[in-house]
Amino acid sequence: MDALLQQLFNGLVSGSFYALLALGLSVIFGMLGVVNFAHGAFYMLGAFGALVLLDSFGLNWWLALLLVPIGLGLAGMVVERLFVHRLVALDPLYNFLLTFGIALILQDLIRLKYGVASQPYDRPDVLGGSVNLGLFSYPKYQVFVLIFSIVISVLVWLVLNRTRVGMIVRASTERAELTKSFGIDVRRWITPVFGFGIALAGLAGVLAAPMRAVNSGMGGDLIIVIFAVVVIGGLGSVFGSVAAGYIVGMLSAVGNLYVPALSQSLVFILMALVLLLRPAGLFGREEGVLA
Amino acid sequence: MIISRLVEGSRRFSTGVRIALLVTGLLLAFGMPWFIYPPVALDIVAWGLFAVALDLLLGYTGLLSFGHAAFWGSSAYATGIIAIESGLPFYLAVLGGAVVAALIALPIAMLSVRRTGIYFAMVTLAFAQLVFYIANQWRSVTGGENGLQGIPREFFGLDLSDSFFFYYAALPLLLLGLCFAWRVVHSPFGRVLVAIRENPARARALGYPVDRYKVQVFVLSAFLAGLAGGVYAISHGFASLQEVYWTTSGKVVVMTILGGMGTLWGPVLGAGVIVTLEDFLATAGIDANRVLMGAIFVITVLLFRRGVWGTVRHLFRPRDGGSEDAGGGDREEPDPDPSDARSPERDRAAARGT
Repeated sequence: MDALLQQLFNGLVSGSFYALLALGLSVIFGMLGVVNFAHGAFYMLGAFGALVLLDSFGLNWWLALLLVPIGLGLAGMVVERLFVHRLVALDPLYNFLLTFGIALILQDLIRLKYGVASQPYDRPDVLGGSVNLGLFSYPKYQVFVLIFSIVISVLVWLVLNRTRVGMIVRASTERAELTKSFGIDVRRWITPVFGFGIALAGLAGVLAAPMRAVNSGMGGDLIIVIFAVVVIGGLGSVFGSVAAGYIVGMLSAVGNLYVPALSQSLVFILMALVLLLRPAGLFGREEGVLA
Repeated sequence: MIISRLVEGSRRFSTGVRIALLVTGLLLAFGMPWFIYPPVALDIVAWGLFAVALDLLLGYTGLLSFGHAAFWGSSAYATGIIAIESGLPFYLAVLGGAVVAALIALPIAMLSVRRTGIYFAMVTLAFAQLVFYIANQWRSVTGGENGLQGIPREFFGLDLSDSFFFYYAALPLLLLGLCFAWRVVHSPFGRVLVAIRENPARARALGYPVDRYKVQVFVLSAFLAGLAGGVYAISHGFASLQEVYWTTSGKVVVMTILGGMGTLWGPVLGAGVIVTLEDFLATAGIDANRVLMGAIFVITVLLFRRGVWGTVRHLFRPRDGGSEDAGGGDREEPDPDPSDARSPERDRAAARGT
């Protein structure tokens, strides 16, 4: 029983990364209708950003947690202005392919610079050691990651649902034309929202640096899992993507305990089931007319 | 669909030009091993068939499968296993592999067609990753990370160890696959596919079971991809995890787009360019394959969406105001302002928003 609980907790921790990445992907999709294939690459850049800040500038992890998302967010805004923006009016598949190309370039450039071996990154001192959770003791850092990801998800949800900015973003997502006719400049929000989504990916990367293998390939396979996560949750739904992230994390962890051979495949099997029973996703709304 | 604006009518060239093109194509196909290293020549034709198979979906039906490595790769494994275990002539092994690929494609297609557009791409990619993990785990059959080695080139006792002769032994099989794709595109079935690409709702209203057509063309496409993957495995003598990995899916997509989607023969050109470039980089010892692939993706998508063959067709299109261009078919780029130029489809996708 303890083993199961501990495994569930492991699942929640890995689910934190799924949730943060799915959240950024979802926000970008909502605003631009773009599925960002480079999301995993920006996550990887987040981890390497923390590494570079520490090695070259001696800036600790806490500063990286602040600076790297800001830097990557700005980089994301540049990418949006230079490339993504040109294709937004076309079929969304073009931006999918464009960001796939960008992902390949980023991933391979990092591989050429750092090789394929994982880079070490020590966890911050304050978060070293473990904490007693009653039933079992658990590394402090992992507990921090879980709490931090939940806080961020709730904050994003609050901003989207309780503030004027969030209202504008949601309105432009649902009916861009109508929102414009109310005198709101929809275009103004597109670039910042893209940058914000990328910043979330970078944040997840910084969080991953001390506990996961930091290498050029860390985002490549992950992004495909995230795609399955958002199909399960319903890509349009911010809440659904985050919830599906934690669910998938726990499912894989429990699967790892009982059927280790299948642990990596479980998320895709769950996706198949969701497509079979609820094609719009667990938390997504049904499509009115199939296009 | 904007893709359809890039795909122009098929009756572009006069009969004479078409015969000349066909003869040139066949001469190239049969002459290649004389001036290109034969294994590379075979790679070009095999990847060419793979890209044409993808184009049946992407260019003709408007469905982007980002998981076609699953079918190319599963056939590579199945072909290899059949060839090793049974010692049958490799044609039969490849056919067997292609059938396995089609069988794997059937459930994937039935589930994937439940979503459209960008979701279809994500879902097929995810299923292909499932196939990858299965291949990775099932070591007793696939050899895991070592791959499947020592696949024989059995062909009625003939000695095909020389790649030059193997090329000519394998070429008919690949050409048959290409002819089959041509036949599909120019059949009533193919016209329905185009109708589905252009306007799924209208195709449905006319009484065509759209989803069933999509599943059928998906399985056909997987079969052809399997044919190509099987020949590739026999040619190289091994099948590895690389064959089912997502970068392989991406590679075939870039070939198709670079060559020109919806042009049938364009993807073969795309395959030729990519395979030759990769071979050049490998020979020159430059290790930047994926940077190059990514850059080709970005440049093609941003500036060269018609692809090579699509551009040739566009340049030689009739300019006498033929009815096909009358509807502003030339105007490829809508207003780049994103908030002005949303298609209804895009709005519907967005309506599911936050």
